[in-house]
Amino acid sequence: MKTITLAHGNGGQENNELISKVFYKAFKNDILEKSEDAAVIQNGVLAFSTDSFTVSPLFFNGADIGKLSICGTCNDLAMMGAKPKYLTCSVIIEEGLDKRTLDKIVKSMKEELEVNEAVIVSGDTKVVPRGSVDKIFINTTGIGEIEYKGISSNNITSEDTILVSRDIGAHGATIFASREGIDMSTSLKSDCASLYPQVKALIDAGIKITALRDATRGGVSAVLNEWAKQSDICIEVEEAKVPISDEVNGICEMLGFEALSLANEGTFVLAIKNEDAQKALEVLKQTNESAAIIGNVTSEHIGRVVLNSAWGTKRFLELPTGELLPRIC
Amino acid sequence: MSELQLKDLYDGFRDPDTIKAYKKIIEEDAKKLEHPINIMEVCGGHTHTIMKYGIPQLLPSNINFIHGPGCPVCIMPKERIDHAYILSMQEDVILVTLGDMIKVPGSNGSLQDARSKGADVRFVYSPMDCLKISKENPNKKIIFFAIGFETTTPMSAALIDVVIKQNIKNIYFHINHVTVPEVMKELIDSRDEHVDSYNHQIDAFLGPSHVSVISGSKIYEEFPKNYKKPVVVAGFEPVDVMQSISMIVKQFIEKRSELEIEYKRLVSYDGNIKAQELIKKYFEKISLFKWRGLGNIKDSGLKLRNEYSKYDAEVIYKEILPIAEIEDHKLCICADILRGMASPPDCTIFGTACKPSKPVGSCMVSSEGACAAYYKYGNLLK
Repeated sequence: MKTITLAHGNGGQENNELISKVFYKAFKNDILEKSEDAAVIQNGVLAFSTDSFTVSPLFFNGADIGKLSICGTCNDLAMMGAKPKYLTCSVIIEEGLDKRTLDKIVKSMKEELEVNEAVIVSGDTKVVPRGSVDKIFINTTGIGEIEYKGISSNNITSEDTILVSRDIGAHGATIFASREGIDMSTSLKSDCASLYPQVKALIDAGIKITALRDATRGGVSAVLNEWAKQSDICIEVEEAKVPISDEVNGICEMLGFEALSLANEGTFVLAIKNEDAQKALEVLKQTNESAAIIGNVTSEHIGRVVLNSAWGTKRFLELPTGELLPRIC
Repeated sequence: MSELQLKDLYDGFRDPDTIKAYKKIIEEDAKKLEHPINIMEVCGGHTHTIMKYGIPQLLPSNINFIHGPGCPVCIMPKERIDHAYILSMQEDVILVTLGDMIKVPGSNGSLQDARSKGADVRFVYSPMDCLKISKENPNKKIIFFAIGFETTTPMSAALIDVVIKQNIKNIYFHINHVTVPEVMKELIDSRDEHVDSYNHQIDAFLGPSHVSVISGSKIYEEFPKNYKKPVVVAGFEPVDVMQSISMIVKQFIEKRSELEIEYKRLVSYDGNIKAQELIKKYFEKISLFKWRGLGNIKDSGLKLRNEYSKYDAEVIYKEILPIAEIEDHKLCICADILRGMASPPDCTIFGTACKPSKPVGSCMVSSEGACAAYYKYGNLLK
């Protein structure tokens, strides 16, 4: 790694390399090394997380950078079983940004904070010369109160079943379609949403939760691969059971992507104790009918994810790598 | 009638029951084969399908694949990538190319590296996007680094057609288009001592079909006729590939050697005549084109016709584009893989020093390269 390339921000292999070789190396400590969606601090009472938002375009079908900036951090907290409480908000604005654009972004931040019943309690603004950032970058940091203890992606075993909360890849596909100017007369829109309400419903239903992770950059594929490594297990996924909408499949066909590697912003993967899997599915279905049980845990290939096809073949599902690039012929 | 949905184009061709049914047919027929057969899928798109859907796991042990050289990114020699790199580093140049090309390492690095050093490199889905880039950057020179087989050549021809008709002054071309039949012939025919060892290893071909959408199936006629190698022009879905293999197996047990089309929904014997005319209008064969791993192959590359040389970046930038030949990486066996002599796991640096995130050889770069396909999907092969 001599220079940082776009591939180092892909949420996959190169991204992990950058994090481990630079940041983990410098900041090494027990909490950081657990590598969870949010850090668990104060003897398991609080969850703490941060995230920056640089999406382009700022507004896209289903959400905008404002909504995204609240969902992103709140979801990281929710994935540790925490209720999002207090957030900070830092914005870097490029000179020349239309005030109405900023108003629109802030309005959607406000609306999404209400969904989470969280508040912004501190903030910072910087304005930089044209060209120093692209329109606006937002960072949010959040603290949440842990309501369900012991969630960790390091503890998954063969007693767990793997689920997803809805059809996958909608956010990544939406952004790509709008960047490439693919105007499909479809209902394709980002899945961007706050996940705390669903997590609360699971907790209230008394579900035994082992691990939760929102499948952002790198998609479901990255989550499963990270889990397989962190918990020393093999995760086997039934390809035919993975819910993918026709629209997302269509974008994947056209641009040569794999839906399992596309980013989500309101979709999470769950490892739930086998006996509670069905019940968890019912809870998830109250929010989204497409929620599904997609796999189980074995010891077949430790540290790996295996994808079983409907016609009896198997292959490894790898961590996404490289920039997301299309096939060319 | 309801509207045609995108999924109608592939849905049935991934049907598990149909795939299983072909598995059975092939298993039964393969028992009647007198000898094992090696099928070369020439096209990288087929390699990708074969690996992604685990087709080898569905076939009996007397049917094998040899992965061919049909990935335009993989066969691009370092000399040409260096050209792209040097052009992209010119101050007033925007270098435009197709997808995976930006990852391929040349001797100074890849286009991705050039970009992180400040070069303006863009990847597009359609060469026509150059028109927009040219309009938005009237003071820059837009160089389209054109790659691909017969499938993508008409798009480059269409772009130059517009450039000439609209008298656009700032779009130039660096042409790296190659043709399929010549390399297939090279793989069977060559008496070069270096390639003799694999002679006759290929028993039949899965014919590249998007190439044939343009050029027609007629371009493969000589293979069953003159070389006794059956050719089935195949589609890219798993059912297409299974059906095509079944057709090849049947040719062997019925002792036929024919040119057949499985991908009838898109391929005809004559192909797209208009596209062929457009290619002919702007391009001509060059006597030799160097393929990575395979060396110089006669008549296998295209260049702009001389009357269009004022659009030809290779002519305009002649002074700064090196022509010396460059050796490939010593441990990399892409050459043998592209010739069907070796399989990716045979390589000592496969998956260790050479990975998709840091490719050494060209076969690891594009998702259609054999090494990348093995790395991504191939570990559970039978």
